[in-house]
Amino acid sequence: MKIAIDKLHFTYPIGLEALKGISLVVEPGEQVAIVGQNGAGKTTLARHLNGLLKPTSGSVFIGDWETTKFSTAKLAARVGYVFQNPDEQLFSRDVVTEVSFGPRNLGYAKGKVDELVERAMALTELNGKAEANPYDLSPAWRKMVALASIIAMDTPIVIFDEPTTGQDAVNVARIAHVISELKREGRTVVVITHDIDFCAENFERVIALSQGRVLLDGSTREVLGQEDILAQTYVEPPQLTRLGKRLGLKETVTTQEEFIKSLA
Amino acid sequence: MAFVVLKNLTYLYPTSEKPVLRNLSFHIQEGEFVAVVGPNGAGKSTLCYALAGFVPHFFKGEISGEIEVNGRKSSESTLDEWVLNVGLAFQNPFNQISGAKYTVFEEIAFGLENIGVPREEMKKRVEDAMSLTGIGDLADRSPYSLSGGQQQRVALTSILVMRPRLLVLDEPTSQMDPIGAREVFGVVRKMAEEGMTVVMVEHKVEWIANFADRVIALKEGQILLEGSASEVLTSEALVENGFGVSRYTSAAREAKKKGLWKKERLPVTLDEAAEGFNLTRNA
Repeated sequence: MKIAIDKLHFTYPIGLEALKGISLVVEPGEQVAIVGQNGAGKTTLARHLNGLLKPTSGSVFIGDWETTKFSTAKLAARVGYVFQNPDEQLFSRDVVTEVSFGPRNLGYAKGKVDELVERAMALTELNGKAEANPYDLSPAWRKMVALASIIAMDTPIVIFDEPTTGQDAVNVARIAHVISELKREGRTVVVITHDIDFCAENFERVIALSQGRVLLDGSTREVLGQEDILAQTYVEPPQLTRLGKRLGLKETVTTQEEFIKSLA
Repeated sequence: MAFVVLKNLTYLYPTSEKPVLRNLSFHIQEGEFVAVVGPNGAGKSTLCYALAGFVPHFFKGEISGEIEVNGRKSSESTLDEWVLNVGLAFQNPFNQISGAKYTVFEEIAFGLENIGVPREEMKKRVEDAMSLTGIGDLADRSPYSLSGGQQQRVALTSILVMRPRLLVLDEPTSQMDPIGAREVFGVVRKMAEEGMTVVMVEHKVEWIANFADRVIALKEGQILLEGSASEVLTSEALVENGFGVSRYTSAAREAKKKGLWKKERLPVTLDEAAEGFNLTRNA
């Protein structure tokens, strides 16, 4: 499903203008990472996609729905939102109840709910933890429960706010796998992240925000290669991109595979 | 005499079945900057709580062994005494912000108010701390109106302003933008140069290697490896045990298999990687 944002401005009630005219389109099935300095407006932008926030001016369309005309509850059928902190999201007594809550709430038949829950639990490797209380699990597994409970809603668009924060290498790989599976299913994914190496390895398009505006928007290679412009929003190119530049490689490299190839 | 001494520390949370810290021992000298790395569940946050006195004074549970800071034993101190020497920045800044204050400035002054620092000195200390961490422009904002990374800077500043002898940081840059995170590493390095002892849990191995004196790799509540950043962070054992490593290290490890990395030691930092790969390219 397509996301279309046009001249979006948003001012918080305290008078802070967080978004100053954002225009962008995310095509159905596209996987986009949003980067930028703290306070650049990343989370504010993401919260417009599920209608938690409504534009002060300009518009946000989710498919053919303009977000001002639909409640967040309605938009939940189209946009799943995984919070940065799983503890803001989880409330059920056991994992399977938590993961079932979303699809049940969307009114799917029991058979379909079971199927979606099973698929989401398998994807996040939560099989065997179905009966556990989410709060008895480690924060890393709570994060997977939060992911599963959104994935199970089968929304065509999924937003992740800082999915890799505080996660170890094994869990980051697990999250990358989930995102690649969502891509295979044709779902649109928008991820907010500070983890630039993760961004380089898992996304084809990157949008850099700075002070409420789009600073850069393009292919991962184009955007992450522009060290000077990224620095304006406190972002650095990926480690191997910086290394390639230091070594004077002609092409911008973003992944290990590209880097090794350029050496040979 | 080391400034921080852990002797055979074993700790079990009240509701858990097996210990989170297992017979853990180490020494840290005054002014040393030690980074702690490890996979989820290794006991990193619990170690922070133990150093900061929350384990066992707040969390209870079963504890054996000893924690000493500046010659004082945790078991013989109250939490009130302990926190005058040791400051902890929590992993989630939201858990730390008092909720009692309307502005960032007041939030940072809160700890100083509680220990009765005179008004003029308090104002100066708060301003100095805010300029150190680069949040002067947030002074009049509500702590709750800030982004995650900004809240993290406020939480760190509210600890630094207390000038603890031992600074314990649990993933203090996890929500920060990349250059902001590097700046915070620089600030912490500066505090260590001035004599503050620092224990920092972090995943950002590139900056650990650039700024920390020593690295402790923790796994299942025990020390897996300990030593210089270069020794510990390039070890094969880290990969086998699910630790994160720098992309420079993994690229060089892969290149080595193809004969494209000539040096013995693998790199952790950009400088080390550039030096080694230049050898390959000039060969």
